[in-house]
Amino acid sequence: MAFQFLKKIGLGLMLAVWSLAAHANYAWNFPKPVTPMALDTLHVHNEFMAIIMAIFLIVLGIMIYSIINHRKSKGAQAATFTGPSTKSQVIWTLVPFAILLYIDFILMGIPAYHSVIIMEDTKNGADMVLKVTGMQWRWQYEYMDGDAKGIKFVSNLATPEDQIKNQAVKGEHYLLEVDNEVVLPVNKKVRVLLTSNDVIHTWWVPQFGTARDAIPGFLRETWVKIEEPGIYRGQCKELCGKGHGFMPVVVRAVPEEEYKTWVAAKKTELAAASAGADKEWSKDDLIAHGHEVYEKNCAVCHQANGAGMPPAFPALAGSKVINGPIFDAGGKLIADSHLDRVFNGKNVMPAWKSVLNDVDIAAVVTFERNSFGNTMGDAVQPAQVKALR
Amino acid sequence: MSTATAAHHDDHHDHHPTGIMRWLTTTNHKDIGTMYLTFALIMFLVGGIMILGVRAELFQPGLQLMRPEFFNQLIGVHALVMIFASLMPAATGFANWLIPLQIGAPDMALPRLNNWSFWLLPPAAILLTLPFTLALFGVGDGALATGWTFYAPLSVQGGIGVDFAIFSVHLLGISSVLGSINIIVTIFNMRAPGMTLFKMPLFVWGWLITAFLLIATIPVLAGGVTMLLTDRHFGTHFFDAAGGGDPILFQHLFWFFGHPEVYILLLPVWGFIPHILSAFSRKPIYGYKAQVYSFWAIGILSVVVWAHHFLTVGLPVPALLYFMYSTMSISLPLAVLFFCWIATMWKGSMSFETPMLFATGWVVLFGIGGLTGLVLADVAADAQYHHSYFVVAHFHYTLFAGGMMGMMAAVYFWLPKITGHMYDDKLGKLHFWLTAIFFNLTFIPQFFLGLAGMPRRIPDYALQFSEFNMISTIGAFGLGLSQLLFVYIIIKCARGGAKAADKPWDGAQGLEWTLPSPPPYHSFTEQPIVK
Repeated sequence: MAFQFLKKIGLGLMLAVWSLAAHANYAWNFPKPVTPMALDTLHVHNEFMAIIMAIFLIVLGIMIYSIINHRKSKGAQAATFTGPSTKSQVIWTLVPFAILLYIDFILMGIPAYHSVIIMEDTKNGADMVLKVTGMQWRWQYEYMDGDAKGIKFVSNLATPEDQIKNQAVKGEHYLLEVDNEVVLPVNKKVRVLLTSNDVIHTWWVPQFGTARDAIPGFLRETWVKIEEPGIYRGQCKELCGKGHGFMPVVVRAVPEEEYKTWVAAKKTELAAASAGADKEWSKDDLIAHGHEVYEKNCAVCHQANGAGMPPAFPALAGSKVINGPIFDAGGKLIADSHLDRVFNGKNVMPAWKSVLNDVDIAAVVTFERNSFGNTMGDAVQPAQVKALR
Repeated sequence: MSTATAAHHDDHHDHHPTGIMRWLTTTNHKDIGTMYLTFALIMFLVGGIMILGVRAELFQPGLQLMRPEFFNQLIGVHALVMIFASLMPAATGFANWLIPLQIGAPDMALPRLNNWSFWLLPPAAILLTLPFTLALFGVGDGALATGWTFYAPLSVQGGIGVDFAIFSVHLLGISSVLGSINIIVTIFNMRAPGMTLFKMPLFVWGWLITAFLLIATIPVLAGGVTMLLTDRHFGTHFFDAAGGGDPILFQHLFWFFGHPEVYILLLPVWGFIPHILSAFSRKPIYGYKAQVYSFWAIGILSVVVWAHHFLTVGLPVPALLYFMYSTMSISLPLAVLFFCWIATMWKGSMSFETPMLFATGWVVLFGIGGLTGLVLADVAADAQYHHSYFVVAHFHYTLFAGGMMGMMAAVYFWLPKITGHMYDDKLGKLHFWLTAIFFNLTFIPQFFLGLAGMPRRIPDYALQFSEFNMISTIGAFGLGLSQLLFVYIIIKCARGGAKAADKPWDGAQGLEWTLPSPPPYHSFTEQPIVK
């Protein structure tokens, strides 16, 4: 009785799964490769999969044959051999072994060697260098040479919080969209340097076929040469804390001309942002801008309402650090003050000086001192932050 | 002396305490084996509930049930529980029950050490899971949230959950090392006359190599997590570049233990699967010596391939090439084992009671695990597989199908001996089919998720991963619920059932089958003579 019931449930489940399959968009292999490494890896993978599938099916076939025919219920008499005895038996005991040796070290082993050499050849013929810095929980990019030298920006997840909380419909690129994309020229070998500000992260774009760890205190490298214009999305691949699933990588590969245009525009944009550091800002403007900076960078740990998540992430509401002075009588930065904490970091708190510009830091500090129930009433000017550098 | 008289003679001297004190103070290998197995079963369910929480969150994109911080705790503690608190104690439980019986010894060589080895485990389990409860009361922010691999600097950053996990690992490690010493001394010193090393059952060989691996590698793990503890609290900088250290040092230390650990989990299973295949094929084990040599080869090789777990950190090219080729070479002795397992079945006279269903299914599913491992060894391709769901699927084929389902096969094979009752074989077969089907439903989609680009250890994912995640979660819940049937079968069998013969499986070989079911509390008080 129970068995009939279970069979019905099993059938129902199968139908549900099949119908899911009918409507869904399944990927059965790597996404389309756009770099030489990705193409090489796809071919290696397909070859390897074919080999192990063949091995599996042949061995399974032998087992099924045996299961069907060498059964007690079929009257089979058990043999008594415990090893090969005749010469031919010894040979076809050794043949599978020899085949595997060949597959491992010749068929797959020799191409694998070449793939490694090519993958690790990051410097020869490199056209430009991109430095990638991982941090909790975003990527920072810096263009190190060529026309783009000096372009430096942070790339944050752009998916709105309410989509993650299931309060809004999820967009097409849910969790794989950012505010500032990396833009790279096609058909140029880009040497990618990686490091981290805090813990180990891994920079990965599946369609590029390369993944490399970003390790704090060290520089690692890899390379990509994107052969087709397009937008390519990836993610951090090394558990780095609670935001690990929320730090995507988005790279837009464009033809040379478009790249040059982008470089010029980005430089102008960044110059304008830091030019803001030289002018005097009103407190209201600082607070408004600071609110935006806070949402994007600080709320993930200190919460949108400033309550934090003690003991790991202190509350900003009523915080002693915030409700204290920043500069002493002589105008020097007080150690462990609000601005010192934000600018230079402490333990898990990042050193935002290397991530945010003067305007952003001044704004967010001003915002915090005048929000969440804090009523310090003062403001920090971008010029004061600039002077700290 | 006849068996009946021997049994009476044994019972006459049997003045063990009853109740709680019996279990707390027992030095009897059967009692201790039973405790290990019971503990392993309970922790299997605990670890299973944790991962069902994870799979429930992953049923759909978006965060529905838990915050990412809690998700990270569940995945790491799930792994530690399954590996250290379930699989290893299960293997040790069978070692305790079977090694003395199979070598004709009255007990383990060091019975009191045996008791301590077990009783270290419940405190270790409590230490590991206590931070969950403490967090509910506002103390600390939860359990270990770095994954079971404790990578620095994330683990240096973490809260008290990391410290609790470090101390738990210390206790678990000490338990394993003490147990291993016991096993090695027992095997070398207490075999019945006539049982040369090459007459020992394969299960005993499997555990011998396992014990050596544990003694060689657990201290390295202990050292690594202690260095982590001092980095966290005592001002050292082993894993901190600013202090002259290197985060990757931790990975080397961890995986130097971590890779042999997977063979520690598998060798006992490789040891007893041939027993089961041989019994139900009614045919002697094929290639006994070849299998022994393969155990040694795999054991030794396992100690020199660790870096294939972190090929994307930026190792130098010679290192990448070395670790790739050495890892691939493990496929060779492993192929020998597969050949011997299938050759044991070939031209046998097979019947498919529950243990044989599990053993046969095991060969197929563990084979999938092993083959997908070979693929992962390719360094350049590994950039795509590493830390994606492809790896998660691979190691669940090797560790759930290979480890857990192997243990299930052993349970069904030896439960009549241990309890003295036959269990309901129809229910056992149902358990097998449910487990096998739901297991595949859970993990095959995960191979494709990895290929499609889904990283592991994320609580939320991009929309293109939705369908396979949904299927995987359905499979996981089916798999979890099916294990309740397993628990029911075991409890029902322990409480009663048809009387089991000395040798309930007519093809079974080994000294344990010469004893009654269940064996007397003290067995082989006179050594049997092995021809």
